[in-house]
Amino acid sequence: MRRLTVLLATAGLLAACAVPAPPPRTPEQTGSAELRSLTIMTHDSFGASEDVIAEFERVNNVKVVLLKSGDAGSTLNKAILSKNAPLADVLYGVDNTFLGRALAADILEPYASPALADIPDRFRLDPQNRMLPVDYGHVMINYDKAFLQEKGLKPPALLRELTEPQWKGMLVVENPATSSPGLAFLLATIAAFPEGSAYDWRQFWRDLRANDVHISPDWSDAYYTQFSGSSGKGPRPLVVSYATSPAAEVFFSEGRLAEPPTGNVEGTAFEQIEFVGILKGTKNRDLAEKWVDFMLSKRFQQDIPLQMFVYPVLPSAEWPDVFTKFGQPPAQAFALSPEQIDQGRERWIEEWTRIALK
Amino acid sequence: MKHTQLRIERGRSLNSQFSIPGSILVLPALLFLAVFFAWPLVEIVSVSFTVSQVSRGATPLAVLADPAHLDALWFSLWQATLSTLLTLLAGTPIAFAFARYRFVGQRVWRALAVVPFVMPTVVVAAAFSALLGPRGAINAALQALFDLDRPPIQLFGTLPMILLAHVFYNVAVVIRLVGGFLSAFNPSIEEAAASLGASRWQVIRHISLPMALPSIGAAAALTFLFTFTSFGVVLILGGARFATLEVEIYRQTSQLLRLDVATSLAIVQIIVTLTVSWASARLEARASVPLESRPTSDIRKRPATLAARALVVGSLAFISVVLIAPLATLLLRSLNLEGGHLLRYYSALSENVRGSLFFVPPQTAIRNSLAFALVTAALATLMGLPLAYAIARGSDEQKSRLRCASPGARLLNVLLLLPLGTSAVTLGLGFLVAFDRPPLDLRTSIVLLPVAHTLIALPFVVRSVLPAIRSFDPRLRDAARGLGAGPLQALRHVDLPLLAAPFAAAAIFAFAISLGEFGASLLIARPEYPTMPVVIYRFLGQPGALNYGQALAMSSLLMLVTLVSALAIEWANEQTSR
Repeated sequence: MRRLTVLLATAGLLAACAVPAPPPRTPEQTGSAELRSLTIMTHDSFGASEDVIAEFERVNNVKVVLLKSGDAGSTLNKAILSKNAPLADVLYGVDNTFLGRALAADILEPYASPALADIPDRFRLDPQNRMLPVDYGHVMINYDKAFLQEKGLKPPALLRELTEPQWKGMLVVENPATSSPGLAFLLATIAAFPEGSAYDWRQFWRDLRANDVHISPDWSDAYYTQFSGSSGKGPRPLVVSYATSPAAEVFFSEGRLAEPPTGNVEGTAFEQIEFVGILKGTKNRDLAEKWVDFMLSKRFQQDIPLQMFVYPVLPSAEWPDVFTKFGQPPAQAFALSPEQIDQGRERWIEEWTRIALK
Repeated sequence: MKHTQLRIERGRSLNSQFSIPGSILVLPALLFLAVFFAWPLVEIVSVSFTVSQVSRGATPLAVLADPAHLDALWFSLWQATLSTLLTLLAGTPIAFAFARYRFVGQRVWRALAVVPFVMPTVVVAAAFSALLGPRGAINAALQALFDLDRPPIQLFGTLPMILLAHVFYNVAVVIRLVGGFLSAFNPSIEEAAASLGASRWQVIRHISLPMALPSIGAAAALTFLFTFTSFGVVLILGGARFATLEVEIYRQTSQLLRLDVATSLAIVQIIVTLTVSWASARLEARASVPLESRPTSDIRKRPATLAARALVVGSLAFISVVLIAPLATLLLRSLNLEGGHLLRYYSALSENVRGSLFFVPPQTAIRNSLAFALVTAALATLMGLPLAYAIARGSDEQKSRLRCASPGARLLNVLLLLPLGTSAVTLGLGFLVAFDRPPLDLRTSIVLLPVAHTLIALPFVVRSVLPAIRSFDPRLRDAARGLGAGPLQALRHVDLPLLAAPFAAAAIFAFAISLGEFGASLLIARPEYPTMPVVIYRFLGQPGALNYGQALAMSSLLMLVTLVSALAIEWANEQTSR
């Protein structure tokens, strides 16, 4: 028995000791009596440079706590459900496809940041400034250059072309019910083939289905397992991804690629704008304001491209080379207003599920 | 004390069962389940059925009127039944092979079988795609061989693919649970029957299978619940056309924020879980007979006959083809074959080129994973063992005739499996609304991670050791007590050496459940202690060769850590129970 007791006790003790030490990233502890902390709730895709965040912490004598809370939809839901006892001071990562839900839930405090003066009006979708734009990007179809070349195909010029026989079995999209780029692409098709027109989005999806479109639950599976142009070397040459994906392929090739192996299909893009806002009930309103200002400042804005592979909303923020060369936004993109999206989202997803899956 | 038949009179004396004050030892587990399972569930049910922005008053009966939901229920049920049957079919012979025969590298083979259990679904999908996908190795070979235009194997997006993946993930549960049970008991009855002229099939049909039935029942219940609530496998490998209730709950919650519908569906899941749990508890209790126990090392033999060799070779072939081959493709793809250093993706794991705030050195991820797994295994076994003893004692049929049985123990046995069949999405939101005020404002606490893992691991531990405790011949313990041994001495010198194999299985799965991040979606917000699966998902969130390579390199490290951990637990267990 003793040996067993010792073993269990040791295991328990080890377990207690082995509880990981806090991460090394802490601001200088001088004057730690006044050190406050600011909590930011984000989706899992949030990224930033260590020194950029450290700078904010140093200047404001604050410890920044980042709560990664799942995908964009889950993060917003958690913020809504914890309305009575907010988990954080600031919420980042709500995009225009979910903006309506965030505003209707009444979880945010308005803040007319002075930094907004430099941000183009087209990004400012909430006139009351409860949600402020930080970055934008484009969900669009990428194609595998080598695959198309081998088959003697040119990338499709129009969305409608995807329903033609030469693209049979070649396209991968994400399920709009489980994936944020999937939802954005569905919205692009609704904007392109509006309800009430002779050829509406429903007919487009029926035709896509007849043309053997593959539906993945999420971006990772679509891009890496199904798409032939990625390192996963899947079977299909067209995938719903981002305008910056070709640039990322070059950036993450460690110099092996001078040119992206993939390209963007013009005329398939939907613009996503991501927002930040101050959560109602924060006890750190002053710091939260500083954080929002900081996210809109040149320092943070210039850090955005290589950390999150989206574009900064601040026009004067400089882009890295790989973005200017290979990551230019599309010439045009489809758009729907947050109100349209909020009113239609649920019904569209239900209808889409019936059309594309059942 | 040789048993020549299975129907043996049950233990007679009143103190034949283990008699340390069970009720006190069981308290931590009960408290744990009440606070971290029952309470959040009650809270989320009350939020979901109060009309608000997130609820429009749907009820469980009303949601089932929707044919789409009924389809999801029906599909969840029958694919889980089919998956469970196939997993039992594949796993039971392998369990026999491991329990009855001794062969080279046995420990390593058995540890290897656990590795699939922890692998993230996205990565497993990539592995199967590399092998069986339209451009995978097997299709490419067949196309080249027979000069075909189209890939002959079209498994992706079909039911067989889902079933194959479910077997891949869960076969270790059967191998470990049934194998652990069998190796605790003496096969001399099988030999006796054979010497009396029973054919091999008769021995299996009338002796071996009935003997193993309680453990088969336990393994079946666990596999059924894992596959019934399957999420990633169905979504990714089945393609979007299949939906389980769990998938529908996620959709209703994340995209539509209809908590009334989501929670109603979760309640339907719970009702199914209770039924399965009740049926399996009954089967296990009825099928349990006292068996003669022997320490493991005594009973394994070299596979001497042709049939025995065929069984062993067949088992190892199955493990190689179905389990190891997909894992090996991942290992291969984690190497940099495009020029430069072969291990480039491994060395890149330690470089923070972009100066990212969220960079995690591999040793940190491994340490975090191991720490959480250790805490989970310790919590689950320390709470689970007393619970298993209490249930074995309380629900013993003999006792019930003597009116000493506690209905509580039986009920507990049935309720215990609930965390396994409860939607992680729903329970996670339960955490969010239950733990939002002092003294338990735990929503962002590091504590929640091992707690979430333990919720899944605890039922697993109890169900893995329970069949063995039940079948344990109480007269052995009586004899020890009669000779003056105290209850703890009896536990140490009688129970533990004989329960070594089932106990190892329990500890290994508790550990693996945590390593594989089961229940992680329960968490509101991930504290800053990223584990290996978290790092894998992070890499798979961005495009590019380096990200993909690092994801697979980290996956390979996860396989290695799992393998070594399983071996280490088994070794430690052998040392203690010697």
